[in-house]
Amino acid sequence: MSTPTDTEVESVSRRRLRWQRRLNALRNWVGVMKDDRLGQVGLAILAAFILVGIFARPITIEIGPAWFQIQPFSLAPYEPGARVADENLQGPTWDHPLGTTALGRDVLSQVIVGTRVTLIVGTIAAFMAVFIGANVGIISAYYGGWVDDVLMRITDVVYGVPFLPFAIALVFILGASLVNVIFAIVLILWRGTARVVRSQVLSHKQRPYVESAKAIGASNFRIMYVQIMPNVLPLISLYAAFAVAWAVIAEASLSFLGLGPPGMLSWGEIIYDVRSAGALREAWWWVFPPGICIMLFVMSVFFIGRSLEKVVNPELRHTQ
Amino acid sequence: MGLREYVVRRILQLVFTLWAFVTLLFVLFRMVPGDPTTRFVMEYPTTEEREARIQELGLNEPLYVQYVEYMSQLLRGEFGDSTHYREPVRELIFPLFLNTVVLMFTALLIAYTIGVLFGAAMGWLRGSRFERAGIIGVLMARSSPEFWVGIILVTVFVFQLGWLPRSGIGGYGGELTMNVIDRYVNFDFLRHLILPALTGAIVYLATPALLMRNTMLEVLKADFVEMKKAEGLPERTVLYKHAARNSVLPLVTVAAIATGAAMGGSVIIETVFNWPGIGREMVNSVTRNDYPVAMAAFLLMGTAVIVMNFVADMLYLYLDPRVKYE
Repeated sequence: MSTPTDTEVESVSRRRLRWQRRLNALRNWVGVMKDDRLGQVGLAILAAFILVGIFARPITIEIGPAWFQIQPFSLAPYEPGARVADENLQGPTWDHPLGTTALGRDVLSQVIVGTRVTLIVGTIAAFMAVFIGANVGIISAYYGGWVDDVLMRITDVVYGVPFLPFAIALVFILGASLVNVIFAIVLILWRGTARVVRSQVLSHKQRPYVESAKAIGASNFRIMYVQIMPNVLPLISLYAAFAVAWAVIAEASLSFLGLGPPGMLSWGEIIYDVRSAGALREAWWWVFPPGICIMLFVMSVFFIGRSLEKVVNPELRHTQ
Repeated sequence: MGLREYVVRRILQLVFTLWAFVTLLFVLFRMVPGDPTTRFVMEYPTTEEREARIQELGLNEPLYVQYVEYMSQLLRGEFGDSTHYREPVRELIFPLFLNTVVLMFTALLIAYTIGVLFGAAMGWLRGSRFERAGIIGVLMARSSPEFWVGIILVTVFVFQLGWLPRSGIGGYGGELTMNVIDRYVNFDFLRHLILPALTGAIVYLATPALLMRNTMLEVLKADFVEMKKAEGLPERTVLYKHAARNSVLPLVTVAAIATGAAMGGSVIIETVFNWPGIGREMVNSVTRNDYPVAMAAFLLMGTAVIVMNFVADMLYLYLDPRVKYE
């Protein structure tokens, strides 16, 4: 057994330090959350939606031994796309707590299944957008010069593109599908993150720790993603939270216009169905639940975003 | 960097952004998969009709010739002919654009008037139950997509109470042939304007209200507010005359940006209320494959966003002389 060399000791202690720092950041967030009633409400609502989304349809895992296979389990009481009631446009009953659609389908099942589509589109689009935005911001600020110029001019142009009309045109040209809806949202949504991350990284670039990393001979890649990135991460997660909100609203709006992913019942799509069935006037049980779900979901993300904001910008804590 | 250089650079940037946007638009509408004539020609064309149409649209030319032609057309303010209405897009689209401007301007005016007053009150009464309820209410409104707010308003004020009309801007379909004054200056138009404008106002209210609250909190910490209070001025005077006035500045630029963005956001509101504006026309023309109209609508919205972003920067420069030029 050899004794650890100095560099090994150093790297171990540095790693411990880094973990310490992460733990502190987490504790910091928990601390803020403790005093933030709205943040707690947001987390609770979001957790509920995530659970509903996961268990919306039957889950079967077919890999592994027999005892591991999970029995079909579904929160949605009925097949959402099948005719399950004798009466069309029937108000709430015990069998159908949220009534039926114009085609005799169960509204509650549709709303439950819609949760999953909304979650998938919202999170995938938001994370892709923030991933692109964060990278553009970091690379742009770190390298500066013509790289910065090119990337920022592109960002400027994207800032001039009206979000929803662009998404409508793009989805229409490429065809309505899950991938295209997400693609259209991501293509616009990254711009905000890019700008904010860039300005944050610009200030970090000047700090001594970056200088010393450079002096040691760390690679650019390492400085950007190992040294600087963790410091901007809280800001990035804040933008991720808001991006989820925008992505969900954008998807709902596209679906409302009939440009949503076909065959996937998102909440916006359900409202589109009500409208195209001409049932807005009478079928309140059909149009209200999906709309309330959209509102609650987006609101929960905004609430969480506000508490993240306090972590990112400690000054806000005192002004509450 | 000096002031003059900054302004010149910003103007060059504006021109570049407009050019890039227009080019993007050209590329986007050339991305249409399949034979472009199937989208530009009416249904079931004969071969000759098709050939004629290709000639007419210049689609047989090389791409760069098409691009140059397209750019020069735009510079002359020409958008071609609508394939659906069979008339020049320019004449078609400007009344619609005006309808959108009127609607969105009203919505933003309401949102920013109420938002500023409400935000100032929230900042002033910080920590109170009023502030808490205000924040929740404002975030709730912001979390609702425009179509949802619109549907709720329609359900209440049209279906239940029957007070207001459901759609259109008044008259019987002849709205667009009337001259501007006849179109907008009458009671019927006002009745039609209320619900869509309110929908926009509710959704746009959150930004000014929350921002106003935040800057109020900053300003209230400043010494001069304490001094005014110490001078014995009544609270209301200090609040609205001194604190609020100083908090409004950052909002002016945000309002300029919002004005541009609202042009794009009008799509949903106009669809819900059947408002004959540029947003609804864009959705309709896209589903009708009427590409010249869709392109023109998209171009106008994008130009509005770009120009208003520029205006916001210039306003910021004018309002806050301490600004550092990047």
